[in-house]
Amino acid sequence: MAVPTTTGPPHSPAAPPAPAAPGPAPGRRPDAASMAQRIRQDIIRMAGGPEGAHAGGSLSCADLMAVLHAELLRPGDAFVLSKGHAAPALYSALTQLGCFPADELDGYAQPGSRLFGHPRHDLPGVEFATGSLGHGLGLSVGLALAEQLRGGDRCVYTVLGDGELQEGSVWEATLLAGHRRLPGLVAAVDRNGLQITGGTEDCVALEPLDAKFAAFGWQARTVDGHDLPALREALRPSADGPVAVIARTVKGRGVPFLEQRVAGHYAKLKPALVQRALAALARPAGGAS
Amino acid sequence: MSAAPAATAEEAASKAAEEVTLGPDPRAAYREALLELAAADPRVICLDSDTGGLEDTFAKRFPGQYVNIGIAEANLMTVAAGLASRGFIPYVHTMATFATMRAAEFLKLDVVGNRLPVRVIATHGGLSAAHFGTTHFALEDLAVARALADLTVVVPGDGRHIAAATRQLHELPGPAYLRLGRSATPVPPDGGAAAPAGGGDAAPGFELGRARVLREGTDATVVATGALPLLFALEAAEELAGDGIAVQVLELHTLHPLDRDGLLAGCRGRAGVVTVEEHRPQGGMGDAVAEVVAADLAVPMRRLAVRGSPGARVAGQCDALAAHGVSTAAVVDAARDLLARTYDQHERPARHGAAATRTR
Repeated sequence: MAVPTTTGPPHSPAAPPAPAAPGPAPGRRPDAASMAQRIRQDIIRMAGGPEGAHAGGSLSCADLMAVLHAELLRPGDAFVLSKGHAAPALYSALTQLGCFPADELDGYAQPGSRLFGHPRHDLPGVEFATGSLGHGLGLSVGLALAEQLRGGDRCVYTVLGDGELQEGSVWEATLLAGHRRLPGLVAAVDRNGLQITGGTEDCVALEPLDAKFAAFGWQARTVDGHDLPALREALRPSADGPVAVIARTVKGRGVPFLEQRVAGHYAKLKPALVQRALAALARPAGGAS
Repeated sequence: MSAAPAATAEEAASKAAEEVTLGPDPRAAYREALLELAAADPRVICLDSDTGGLEDTFAKRFPGQYVNIGIAEANLMTVAAGLASRGFIPYVHTMATFATMRAAEFLKLDVVGNRLPVRVIATHGGLSAAHFGTTHFALEDLAVARALADLTVVVPGDGRHIAAATRQLHELPGPAYLRLGRSATPVPPDGGAAAPAGGGDAAPGFELGRARVLREGTDATVVATGALPLLFALEAAEELAGDGIAVQVLELHTLHPLDRDGLLAGCRGRAGVVTVEEHRPQGGMGDAVAEVVAADLAVPMRRLAVRGSPGARVAGQCDALAAHGVSTAAVVDAARDLLARTYDQHERPARHGAAATRTR
């Protein structure tokens, strides 16, 4: 079917729209390791602001976000942060790609800022507002379906929380993606094992997660979510169908007093703790996972 | 030998008795329009949620523009948003109650929140599937759709306008909600205002966003939304005319954006306004009209809508509506009540037409 890739007025959206990740010149992208480090520092600074931040689940996906934004997303590819509460990680990555100035992070969730606790669709580099769990995968499936219908090869990446998988709409989208064998779709699950009240397996168990995605017709890959080269490999899209990456992560990763702590889900850090956290992040990572 | 003439006579007799011309089947009329749009515009994608009726019509002609996403209404909205953001114009199909209740947040955030050009084709509106029972009543959908604020909301009241409504909605840059009934309804007796019966293309009476005047009258105004309420309004106007009461009948097919000027012009100076719709009173068309009327006119209103809980026993659409306050008789009573109220407070004018200037 011939769908025009450029369409005219009056009723067309600006198709094809700007890529979600605005595809900065490759030379401008930091490497994944330094992007991840900077993401973690920025998360801590935002958590030190007057409103605090969703620190734990932002820190756990920092490496995932860094590999995606520093290395994998090409111009035209799409990224959807399904776990919108990890906005601090996204905001930091976007500033590092030049989408908006880094000093805006200082105003995170404060009056007058455009950086809400969950991202809006009109922020440069963000295509869809997320934060209500269970929407991002369906959106990504729609984007990937558009590529499939048009015969394009642009990829769609999304990062989901693991607790989010308790939302039924996730599985509607999973079922459809598997049925359509959508190429170029990669759904990464930030599998930190914790949700607000405790462990996911104590709340409503998700395991065996890889088997669930496989049963829905996806390629399922389990990976250490803090091993950058392994993530890079696991997040490769497939032309044969959708890929689920179960990224085993540590909630609060990199900040000892937040790691694997349920209370670290949402943190409002006093200045002294911000300093402690930044100092911990400054130490070379020593296989804490 | 004698069977044929007898049958013919019987047919003629029953026809004369009914004097009813049915309009087109709403879903078929819509599908015809969609097929034309799909042929002309490759951005059209027919997203089905396994509703039935599209696979052997649309999918056969345009297999590359048809995707059945399965029985999953939340995903229907969300996938449509993704497609629309990549330049497609998705037509999503489900029943009105599922589109606005089950999938409400997905419609709100993903489609409307991003102002994406998704067309929500919401069938089985109101009590058009009355015999299916409570789960299939759609009596809150317009309140939800209106509350989303950036969604264009249309309820064609004349089956012959469905094609025109579909075509006009196609041109919008943002999202739209088209509520359809389940079965053909009688053609409203409005003479030249509507397209000739069976005329797919010509529908001079439908103009998106504009209230339609079906009958002029200066004593009271009846505003109707939906096929049966519109018929009730027109029948009531006819009955009231027998008493010398001249009723203005407006069809308000576009609930958002509201034709404020058309409403004010149609209600100004009358002794009262009756609204009639196939929806709960809360948040429906009557509320929308009240917002406009209350701001600028001192005119009393009666809002006829489905009150109480239909569904304890199976009833047809008309009977169910009548049992819950929506009927020709209810419109007549409401109009009389409003006029009586006015005349109690003011000297009855010599001519009804003069009432217009005295009803404050």
